[in-house]
This record gives sequence, C-alpha cells and structure tokens, in this order.
Amino acid sequence: MAYIKVPEGVPGIRSLVQFRPETGAPLYDLAQTLLRGPSPLSPAERELIAAYVSSRNNCGFCMNSHAAAARCLFGREEQVVDEVIKEKDLSSLSEKMKALLQIAGKVQQSGKSVKPEDIEAARKAGAVDQDIHDTVLIAATFSLFNRYVDGLASFTPTDPAEYAAMGERMSTHGYIFPKK
Amino acid sequence: MAYIDLKNDLPGIRGPMIYRPETGRILNELAEVLLHDEDNTLSRAERELIGTYVSSENDCFFCQNVHGAMAQHYFNSDMDFIDGIKKDFRSAPISPKLKALLAIAGSVQQGGKKVTPDQIDTARKLGATDREIHDTVLIAAAFCMFNRYVDGLNTWAPQDRQIYVDRAPMRAAEGYSQEGLKK
Repeated sequence: MAYIKVPEGVPGIRSLVQFRPETGAPLYDLAQTLLRGPSPLSPAERELIAAYVSSRNNCGFCMNSHAAAARCLFGREEQVVDEVIKEKDLSSLSEKMKALLQIAGKVQQSGKSVKPEDIEAARKAGAVDQDIHDTVLIAATFSLFNRYVDGLASFTPTDPAEYAAMGERMSTHGYIFPKK
Repeated sequence: MAYIDLKNDLPGIRGPMIYRPETGRILNELAEVLLHDEDNTLSRAERELIGTYVSSENDCFFCQNVHGAMAQHYFNSDMDFIDGIKKDFRSAPISPKLKALLAIAGSVQQGGKKVTPDQIDTARKLGATDREIHDTVLIAAAFCMFNRYVDGLNTWAPQDRQIYVDRAPMRAAEGYSQEGLKK
C-alpha cells in the first residue's frame, strides 16, 4: 500500500498525479514532450531508453509499462526490448543506440559518471547533439519518475496483461493527464 | 565545457533549458510549483533546503549553490548554517520534523526503494502531512533529475559562491517561471 492516501486501485504514477495534479500536470507534459515530441530519436528508441533506466533502477512499474510501450512501437523488432532490459545480446541494436544506452546507464548512476569518452563514442556512431541531449534528459527524468513511484510505494500491478494494455495505450495515445 | 554545443553561454541548467525550450519551459513550471508556489504548508526555505541537500548528496555544484543560496535567503541565515545542514543535518539547529523529511529525501536520493515505512512513521508522528511527505519525495526525486541533467551534459558553473548568494533575492522575488529562458 502506498505511503500516502492516493486513489485506491490506481497504479503507479497515475495515482500520485491524481493526488497532486498541480505537479502531475507538468510531469505528464514532460513525458509527452520528451518521449513523443520532436526529436531525432524515434518514440520507440526513446521508450527503450526509459525502460532501460527504469530497469537499472529496479522500478517494476516504470520498467514494465515503458517496455510494453516500446514493444508496441518496435513492432516486428520487439525482441530488442527484452534483450536490452536483460543486458545480454545487443547485436540487433545500431551502434548509435548502443552508445546512447551506455550514456543513459551512466546518467542512471549519476550525472558526473558521464565521461568525454562516452560522448565521443556516441558521436563516432553518428549521434548528433540533440540525440545526446535527449538521451541525458530522458535518463535523468526517469531517475525522477522511478524514485517518485517507488519512494511513495505506489501500487505496482503484477499481471503482465495489465502492462500490455498500458503499453498499447501509451504507444497509441501518448501521455495524457488522467482525469479523476 | 558542455558536451554539446548549447548555442549559449549561460551557466548550469539555464544552458540546456535555452537550448531546448520545449522541455525547459516544463522544468521551470515544475520548479515553480514545487519550490516557489505559496500554496504549500512547507515553507519556501524548507523546500529549497530539501533541494539543496539532495544536490549536495549528488555532488552537483551548480544546483547546491543556487538552491543553497535560496534557502539561505529565506532562512535569513549565513552560508555556514546551510553548509552545516549539508554536512550533518541531524545535529543542525532545525526542527525534528524537517530532519525527518530530510532523512526521507536522503533515502530518495539513493533510490526510491530506500525509503522505509519507519521513516514515513517518524515524519508523521512529528506532524508531517501526506502532502508534505509527497512533496518531500517529489522534490528529492526532481533534484535527482535536475542534478543529472546539469552534470550529465557537463555544463559550466561559476565557482565564486557569492555570485549565487547575490542572485538569490531576485530569484526569490521572480520565482522560477522564467528562469533560464531570459538571456
């Protein structure tokens, strides 16, 4: 049960933004702009970064929901999502995505963990400034979301079917602030 | 020097905010509601202190000095008072409730799952409300984002700490809505 009195049965961050809509609105706005707004990275690639950081932060709700969204967006290449989360076979990923995930993993640890070599490797693999900017800010933002969701012990569903439905909705409609 | 060409020479988070105003605007809006909005039972001083403490734990020079100067301004204190809290808030001359909230913020800085039911109980017994606990967790989480954004892009920061102190009264008067978006 969550540490504070949030709407019952509402999962994860949805329950928290309903508890405090004044802060919830900019958080949804941030998710929508970062993950669906203009970017050289596709929504699928951006959801993958989100799922990867959430996985490394061990946040089940964010990891499962964003992994589900990424699977929908990758379509026939959906297996890449589980390969990245399990950190095993990354051979189907582009060199650029591998380098950007490396940067995201550093940001997950701390800002200062990102080294010039990490940036250099991404550039050599074809990343431009905006790819790097968006990767860092997505990874930083999920360092926020993961802590918010778990720091208040919000409700985390365990049924994979629930996440599949969330992923479908997130990939089709994006992030629309939930009405009570 | 920043890892990417921000096309401006503003310090800290203001650089990437101008570089990417679509997200910069939202980050300011979040900072405004969390730290400056008057509709809050936590004082501005207390909220800025939570941001300062988390930034200090994350070793983010720019954020801990900007927000440390804000806290110093609102507490009407000196720099030593803020530095003492960053170093050891448990023995600092602040309320037991604020200490309990800083303990929660310190756990959030390490990871969401580090917050314990005992920490929440302690804060509650000292008078913290649900919304105060919520805001403490979200402020701490938000600074884990701000700090990573600032340092992950290797932005530059003025090293003279007095610069931050001198800017604080203006920021306190204006709030965060336009922070960084004005050149």
